[in-house]
Order: sequence, then structure tokens, then C-alpha cells
Amino acid sequence: MKLHEYQAKQVFADAGIPTPASQLASDVDGVVAAAEEIGYPVAIKAQVQVGGRGKAGGIKLVDDEAEAREAADAILGMDLKGYHVDRVLVEEAVDFTNELYVGVTMDRGAGKPVAMVSTKGGVDIEAVAEETPEAIASEHIDPAFGMHPYQARKAVYDAGVDRELARDVSSVLTTLYQLWDDRDGSDAEINPLMVTSDDEVIAADAVMNIDEDALFRQPELSAMEEEAASGDELEQKADEYSFDYVRLEGNVGIIGNGAGLVMTTLDLVDHYGGEPANFLDVGGGAKAARIANALDMVFSDENVDSVVFNIFGGITRGDEVAKGINEALEQFDEIPKPVVVRLAGTNWEEGMEILNEDLVTVEQTLEDAVQRAVEYADEVKA
Amino acid sequence: MSVLVDDDTRVVVQGITGGEGKFHAGQMIEYGTNVVAGAVPGKGGQEVHGVPVYDTVNEAVEEEDADASVVFVPPAFAGDAMFEALDTDLDLVVAITEGVPTQDMARVNRRLGETDTYLIGPNCPGLITPGEAKLGILPGNIFASGDVGLVSRSGTLTYQVVDNLTKRGIGQTTAIGIGGDPIIGTSFIDALELFENDPDTKAIAMCGEIGGEDEEEAAAYIDEHVDTPVAGFIAGRTAPPGKRMGHAGAIVSGSGTGTAESKINALNDAGVPVGDTPEEVADHIESFL
Repeated sequence: MKLHEYQAKQVFADAGIPTPASQLASDVDGVVAAAEEIGYPVAIKAQVQVGGRGKAGGIKLVDDEAEAREAADAILGMDLKGYHVDRVLVEEAVDFTNELYVGVTMDRGAGKPVAMVSTKGGVDIEAVAEETPEAIASEHIDPAFGMHPYQARKAVYDAGVDRELARDVSSVLTTLYQLWDDRDGSDAEINPLMVTSDDEVIAADAVMNIDEDALFRQPELSAMEEEAASGDELEQKADEYSFDYVRLEGNVGIIGNGAGLVMTTLDLVDHYGGEPANFLDVGGGAKAARIANALDMVFSDENVDSVVFNIFGGITRGDEVAKGINEALEQFDEIPKPVVVRLAGTNWEEGMEILNEDLVTVEQTLEDAVQRAVEYADEVKA
Repeated sequence: MSVLVDDDTRVVVQGITGGEGKFHAGQMIEYGTNVVAGAVPGKGGQEVHGVPVYDTVNEAVEEEDADASVVFVPPAFAGDAMFEALDTDLDLVVAITEGVPTQDMARVNRRLGETDTYLIGPNCPGLITPGEAKLGILPGNIFASGDVGLVSRSGTLTYQVVDNLTKRGIGQTTAIGIGGDPIIGTSFIDALELFENDPDTKAIAMCGEIGGEDEEEAAAYIDEHVDTPVAGFIAGRTAPPGKRMGHAGAIVSGSGTGTAESKINALNDAGVPVGDTPEEVADHIESFL
């Protein structure tokens, strides 16, 4: 789960990390009122969770009311890389001399947290990592002990941060790690951490992503989740059904059980010349109602021309799957899109007995099922 | 022969009184697994499927001489359950639980490094030595005893590849689902080492997926240390960057690491053929035998 910038800033500020004065606004008058209170110049920043907001026109610096109105009018309601902007953060513009980067994430290869500092802030840190990895100082943290104070100092010195700033930057990094640890962060980042002309540091942006699997013990953060939901209507619907779902560009709808097998089904659609419309994993042990919901979801994607249903039952039972498919299809007078079904594993024979074969095409192997679905999709397109 | 589990493995099931734990303990027993105890706090003294339940893993191990555990404990408590298992010097701990917080796994992983225990998972289907024992939730009937060692990050993909093998009469020594989470216990490399040292394993099938660098590291390891022929499969060739494909670990990051292409190239460079389809993986394995 990703927090919005304004949410992450609040969390950081509450923990004692210096952040610019800011207010959230959802209409032009609100923006102007906020700007008056904070004092010009201010930055007006779209609150959507996409990278490169500035370049896409989602962040504007304004000096007076006229400019604020114009910018607020342009940003509020705009479509930013597929996301509708309905709120902006109005923020005190920081007069900075330098931009740093500090971040904490999980290094999955090492199986440990890693804290990072760089003097190359303000730009895409992944690009820095690729082009000049030596510009990022990193310290692996032993999760049994947490970050030792010396590690924060070491990372700061190794990165080449000015000596006058070292104490303040170490302190920000220490707080950031503590937050990451306490709040089950997957990533916590300040980019840029701005340095002002009087050598103060201030978090001009804030990224805080939370481990979804830990939300049960982070009630305060999970309460913020609704506001951070995805912009895609179908992806929101998938959230409601709690499916693992990713919408793609193609026209062959895909439903299956288990992430690896569903990915494989996508890959085979591509291999046989089709284009996958989505990734949809119903998870383990899905009952009939859940199966019916999955079909309903994929049918409601207007890009979909055919559907391949591939289930290899371990804890998922073939009879439940068949019941769900019948349930979903028997409500139609005419099946909206051709459905190809392949059932294997637990109770597949029982499933085949139950499955209404007038409504679907049955194939015995994964390869055949995918090829058939691709053919159907091609026929619709032709 | 086999790796990690066989007829003699004595299993304690953590969470045996819960829905999943109870059902799958029954399935494991039916398959012939030597389930000797359950461990559930507050449920000591009960019996499930005729198996005695103890309050602690330690007691279960001492009373019933168990040497392996399977964890069917809800995610919030699974980290603690793994610590409990690791503190009893078991040879093997298999964590089936899906959705364990990553920071909990970082701590478990730290503790694991101090022990000689193999931890499989979490978020995995477990492992099976066909005809002898299964520890986990794999459907036993699709496996057959034979010469191929199989290691996979995904449960249902394991079943798919096993099915392609078994249907041609190619059986397995042991099949291990290592799990799809970002931090897991036993890695591809650990499993490859076990299979390489098992005289009965004549070929190895390795099923990876996008995300992380475990497959690349495994490829380097194969190049250096594995003489047994290996065939590979990588799921997620068509996955777009930045989207998590179900498994918490299955994500191609913005900077392009963890892609299917990088993994396939690494494996090919190590002399490992990678099938475009599960059927092609079976073709490669058949050609090795």
C-alpha cells in the first residue's frame, strides 16, 4: 500500500522529520486560502501516486494569487498518467542550495533492511543507482538489533554529505529507519531532502509504502488506504473481490489459480500469438461464488474477446470451479464472450461431470486451452 | 533416495487444530507421512486424527521425537511459530502460511542463519518425496516416484510441470516448492545443492519467475557446482514493470532488474535450456534421462 505524499509527510512530521508547511486543498478557492495562510511563493502538487509528476505538469510553483488560481485550475481535475487529480498539496516553497536523498528499503537478496544516503537527490534514484552506484552509500541493518547510530553516521559520511550537515542528516535517517521499522514499511524515502541556505534540512517529498501483509497491525495506516486506491475501475473492483488482478492491454482474458501458473498462462497466450488482457489469480481454495465473480470481472472488461480459465487444483477443487462457471454463465441468454476451460488436479473428474459443456469449450491441456482461446479472440477481431 | 524428507521423517504439525492444519494433516497422514504430533498453544492433551497435540513445539519434539515441522499458523503468528520451531533444533521446518509480514521474515531469516535447520517457505506448497512423505498441501496423486528433482517458486506451476512429467512416465525424487515471497528460507541454490548431492536425482527441473535475482544467482551456482543436468522455466515473460503479479516477490522493478529475459539469459549462459512452455521443460528433462 502506497501512502499519498500528504499522508506520508504527516507521518514523517509526526515523527519529528522537518517538513515544509503545507495544506491539502480540493478546489481553487481552497488552494488560494491555503497559499495566503502559508505565504507565497508556494508549490501546488497533484496528489496522485505516479512518478514524474513534475514533468507531467502536476507540480507548479506560484508567486501570487493569480498564478495560484491558474495553476490550481489546470491541475485540479487533470488526468495525470491515467489518474484523476482531485486534491493538491499547497506547500511552502523551500529556498534550497542542495538536494540529498535518504531512503530505507528491504534488500530481498540479502534478506535484510538497507539504509541509503546520496548527495544526488532530486532526480530518479534508480537512474543514479544504475549510472553511478558509487554515489549511493548504503548500510545493511541487522534486523535483530535495528540500525546502530554509527551506521547512520557512516552512511552519511560515506555519501560525502557536508560535515556541517552530517548530524542533521544522520538524525533524519535514524528517524526514517525507525518509522520504516515501526510502521512495517516496504520503502520509506525522502527525495529530495533539501538543504536550505542556512544549512537546515527539510523533506520536500515523502514516499512511504507499507507491506500489505502487515496492515492488520497498522490500523492507523490502513485507515488511510481507501484514499490511496488505484485509479482503474476494474482494479478497484478487483480490490473489492480481493483478487490479485492486473489489467493489461490485450484481448484474451485470463483466470487461474496461483500466481506462477497464471503468469505462465499469460506467457503462453503471448507465445501462441495472442495478447493477454489481464492477470487474475483467484487464489487457493476458491469456492463457486468466487469463481463466478472472477468471470464477471473479466467479462466486464470491454477489451476482452475471449476467456481462458485454467485451474490446476491443489487446495482448489474442480467441482467448486465447475459450479462457479455454470453459475456465472447460466444467467446469460447468450454467452457474451467464448470461454475455454481447462481443469486439472483435485476433483477434476467431478468438475467435468458438473460443468455445463454447452456453455464453454473444454480442453485437456494448458497448451491446447490457450491456443483455442487465442483462436477465438482472433476470430472476433477479424 | 530423496532429499530432506522420506519414510523416516517424523512430523509435528503446528496449527493442527485449525481448519487448514486439520484438513492437511489428514491428507498428509493419508499419503503415508509419519505425522507424530501437533502443536497448538492451549490445546495440549487433545488428539487430532489420532495424533497427540502438545502446547509447545518443544514438548512435541521431546515426547514424540519429531525432526520436522509444518506450519499452518495464521500470518500474524507465523513468524513466532517459525521462531519456536527453529529453537528446537528440528532438521526441517516447512511454512505453508501465505501473507507473513516481510519484516517478520527478515528476523526469522536472521535467526535461521544461526541454525542448521532447513526452512522451506513461507507461502509455499511444501515438499514431497513421492510414495514416502509429503509435508504441505501438494496434491499427492499427480506425483510419481522417479529420477527428477524439482524446485519451484510457485505452487500450481509446480503441479503443472509435474503433471507434464508424470504423464510421460517420468517420476520425481523430491519436489520442493520454495515459495514466492521476497524473503524465503531455502533458496534455489540450497535445493540445487541437495539434488546435486543426491545420487538418485538424475535431472533437475527448476521453475522460477520474475522478481529478485535468485534465478540469476542459481544460474551462476549451476555453472560452478552442478553436474546434474538442469532444465528451467521462467514465468512472467509478459509481465509489465512495476506491477506485482500475485506473489509479493513477483515484480519487475522500474530499473529493469528481475526480468524474465535476464533470468533466461543467465540460465542459458550456464548451459541450462529454458522451455517456452511447461511441455518443453518436460521435453528437455526427457532428453537428459
